[in-house]
Amino acid sequence: MNDLVHTLNLRKKTKQQFKKARKPNYVNAKLDVPKGLYEKCPNCKEAVHIKQAYENMFLCKHCGEHFRMRAVDRINFTIDPGTFVEKGLGYITLNPLFQDGYAEKINEYKEKTDIDEAYIYGYGKIKGVPCVIGVMDSYFLMGSMGSVVGEKITRSFEYAMYKRLPMVIFTASGGARMQEGIYSLMQMAKTSAAVLKHSEMGLLYISVLTHPTTGGVTASFASLGDIILAEPNSLIGFAGPRVIEQTIGQQLPEGFQKSEFLKEKGFIDKVVHRNDMKNTLYKILYMHRRY
Amino acid sequence: MDILQKERKIRELEAKIDELDNDVLINKLKDEIESYKREAMTNLSAWDRVLVARHQHRPTACDFIDFIFDEFIELHGDRQYADDHSIVAGLAMLNGVSVTVIAQQKGKTLDENLARNFAMPHPEGYRKALRLMKQAEKFNRPIITLIDTPGAYPGMGAEERGQGEAIARNLLEMSGFTVPIVAVVIGEGGSGGALALGVANKVLMLENSIYSILSPEGYATILWKDASRASEAAEAMKLTSYDLEELGIIDEIIREPLGGAHFNKEETYENTKKAIVEALLDLSGFSPLELREKRIDKYRNFGFFQRFNYDNLGGVKR
Repeated sequence: MNDLVHTLNLRKKTKQQFKKARKPNYVNAKLDVPKGLYEKCPNCKEAVHIKQAYENMFLCKHCGEHFRMRAVDRINFTIDPGTFVEKGLGYITLNPLFQDGYAEKINEYKEKTDIDEAYIYGYGKIKGVPCVIGVMDSYFLMGSMGSVVGEKITRSFEYAMYKRLPMVIFTASGGARMQEGIYSLMQMAKTSAAVLKHSEMGLLYISVLTHPTTGGVTASFASLGDIILAEPNSLIGFAGPRVIEQTIGQQLPEGFQKSEFLKEKGFIDKVVHRNDMKNTLYKILYMHRRY
Repeated sequence: MDILQKERKIRELEAKIDELDNDVLINKLKDEIESYKREAMTNLSAWDRVLVARHQHRPTACDFIDFIFDEFIELHGDRQYADDHSIVAGLAMLNGVSVTVIAQQKGKTLDENLARNFAMPHPEGYRKALRLMKQAEKFNRPIITLIDTPGAYPGMGAEERGQGEAIARNLLEMSGFTVPIVAVVIGEGGSGGALALGVANKVLMLENSIYSILSPEGYATILWKDASRASEAAEAMKLTSYDLEELGIIDEIIREPLGGAHFNKEETYENTKKAIVEALLDLSGFSPLELREKRIDKYRNFGFFQRFNYDNLGGVKR
């Protein structure tokens, strides 16, 4: 009898899992930010009402600081309502190097964020102009790039090539995923090659760097956009600030590796406020339309 | 007891030979050393290989270049900012064929290492490499890269001059070249610094070299918050040549003499030269476009995951 109950339970469980995998429910996704009703702004240390921040596009109403954002919210704010079709579902992250605790960690984050990896992409329209949009989610293991993220990014470029559409990617990542070791490193070459192929078809690729974009992502597809935009005051660089401080043995100056700094040095085309992002993207896409 | 201590013991025993004057005793001691060496130096652990790869007397890129190539003309500068001394690059002849060689050079003494920045390139180094690779593409020369770096240099200047962009550009351009590219990991292959010269048709690796996403120390610090567990991390990271061949990341292992390249340098150079020539011969059968497609396809297939395909259902609409 017990066996029967056990099997039934198991069956129920797997059914639920499949249900979940087939139809992700982002609406009830728990946010990492709101531990309470109010959150402290990292820039001006003022208390910010979470619900208000959401309505205000995750901007601090006191100082205009851009908070980190879930990928789904980003899509909601950027893409015309009702036009987004997510592609490339059903990827399962494995544990290629058999690291302790990696599989559990992935499952934990899957439950917490309700997406199956740190990157989602699909077809969408920005003010009526079609494009392929990809967004990295820094709440999923710091948006790190492992095998699945690398594969999905490559796929999104291939999908854009197949549909002959421009590509827009919002990056937010801590770099390559350490737990997958050498496989993560190879994703850098893989995604760069995908950018090359996409670019050779004469298609547009806009990369939007958001806080934080570091490590292997900066050193691959994020820096290769035809047009590179960035959000104000976001950390963008290859080596992390702590690593640099350890190496040179002194404090870094204020504003080092921030987007304004990089614009000054000539590595970013434009720093765009979140309120203007959709409009700017639309204008650029409109200027590159091909019909 | 790690490999360096074992090596020290062997050196001590070898020093004893000079003190002896009896032939019988000398031969006996020699046999003893030989058998000890065989016992101690086979089946090295991952951490031992890390230590050998970083060994002070391990031959550097310039030694390899001197032996393998008949002539070598070093070329300098990235035409934009400066010349990076951690990357040695230029034209060379290999068995009568002209090739472009790009190598990361470690120093042997502290002064040399400071001048070479411990083989950690700055952005101008990658740009120099890219300039010479484009030149090789123009004149249809095969490209040979020798990789030996702990990683890209994490400094202020490097960030200001766009380290990430320089590496990314190298990855993109290297996947697009139509000439054969052979990369040889001769020592440490660390993170983006190594990959920026490592997008190749054939990736060869010396037996006791390592190739990884970051140093074992860094890995232990990030994941376990404890840098002293580096030896454990080395085991877990799968960074030795044998592991990487199993994972399909590299194409071929170049044998080293017992105990590491520094025990018999000539033999190492000889093996490396043979492997490079063979790899180039293998690649000579392909047309330029085939070479390019093969390279892109090779990197396209790296990754370890599973997938249920929902795309044929038309995606999920929200």
